[in-house]
Amino acid sequence: MKEVHYQDIVNSVASMCQDANYELGEDVMNAFKNAAKQEVSFMGKEVLNQLIENANIASSDRVPMCQDTGVSVFIVELGQDCHIVGGSLYDAINEGVRNGYEEGYLRYSIVDDPIHRKNTGDNTPSVVHIELVPGDDLVIHMSAKGGGAENMSRLQMLKPSDGLEGIKNFILETVQIAGPNACPPLVVGVGIGGNFEICAYLAKKSLFRPVGERSDQQHVAKLEEEIMNDVNKLGIGPQGMGGSTTALDVKVELAPTHIAALPVAVNLNCHASRHKKAIL
Amino acid sequence: MSRIKIDVPFKNESEITSLNAGDQVSIWGTIYTARDAAHKRMVEHLEAGKELPFDIKNQVIYYVGPTPAKPGAVVGSAGPTTSTRMDKYTPTLLDLGLKGMIGKGYRNQDVVDSIKVNKAVYFGAVGGSAALISRAIKKVEMVAFEDLGTEAIRKIEIEDFPAVVINDIEGNDWYKMAVEEYCK
Repeated sequence: MKEVHYQDIVNSVASMCQDANYELGEDVMNAFKNAAKQEVSFMGKEVLNQLIENANIASSDRVPMCQDTGVSVFIVELGQDCHIVGGSLYDAINEGVRNGYEEGYLRYSIVDDPIHRKNTGDNTPSVVHIELVPGDDLVIHMSAKGGGAENMSRLQMLKPSDGLEGIKNFILETVQIAGPNACPPLVVGVGIGGNFEICAYLAKKSLFRPVGERSDQQHVAKLEEEIMNDVNKLGIGPQGMGGSTTALDVKVELAPTHIAALPVAVNLNCHASRHKKAIL
Repeated sequence: MSRIKIDVPFKNESEITSLNAGDQVSIWGTIYTARDAAHKRMVEHLEAGKELPFDIKNQVIYYVGPTPAKPGAVVGSAGPTTSTRMDKYTPTLLDLGLKGMIGKGYRNQDVVDSIKVNKAVYFGAVGGSAALISRAIKKVEMVAFEDLGTEAIRKIEIEDFPAVVINDIEGNDWYKMAVEEYCK
């Protein structure tokens, strides 16, 4: 049985937190550059060029590209033959976040209680989802999820008779209501099926896939493409300044569901789409 | 397209009334930072009969919660946050003489109306462009509510701060105008 040490998890998480905030992903940078070439609006193009320049400054100065350095969200694939030694996995992840945010001069954006709202002062607790998988690897996916786009995300329990049209309408409506608030161009994460919490989780999980990569299921890939075209006809454009780039990408994940149900969740991500991966 | 240079705090009403939704501007001068918690506390102070921690007349508020400054830096990354969350408090501040706001995203109808009545202006900056925008910030001074950390009120000096006029005194909304132009 493979052993993974507590401190290695702490160190890996700390550097992912910093890299996610300093270094725009290559997938996103490519999407920016393509969008800047194709964008039809002058101001939309200006915004995209400003975002490219911003990413270059963040990377060269090792400073956060956005002041909202986010909630640290983790999806952990824990191999069932992997043994974590020296402490709990949850503690290791939170210690990594604490170290990464403090040493990296990242902002603390978590309050301890949604009513009393006192800042915890170290950006913990993080959000951790653990999936048990075959094998002995520990794979940690990290996302620094900003508040602006998260606030505009929505979930609805549709009726099976609403069908594909109902699903598409709900997604478009969500992007439209979000407008400039969610920091477009967006990555639109969609979960369809499962139940109330599963579809929300799928929407979140879809955002961890690289920008520009289609689903490996053909019918889902087609759906992603269709929704992307429709979203980009809305005219919102980069930062709501108008244009043809409202979304950089659309991701869809499906799950089996109840005969009476058609849950749909739309989790929006801002243009930075900060996600990192480590294999231990 | 050249940007219109704006000096703040504002001195004359004509500097605001001449601005139109969609104008690209470069802002120079002194402004104050405040976001959710600082707005809540400012309005609570007013309700308790206390004064605001700074003279708000003719001033501009920037909705931002910067990251901590690295050693030797003036400020950390400092891009705009979503303005909608400040809408509840904004008309009160506009009635007291606040003339400008910098943020990102829609304002509600109460704010749009109050901007019109009070002859003020709402600017949008590029959300997520925080490393670039921080280069426009030359000086930072703590003003009030230091216990709020990133959400404290700070006085900042800016040079060539890039923004766009979103809501002008005519009640125009650039976000709506832009969508209408490009929606297929």
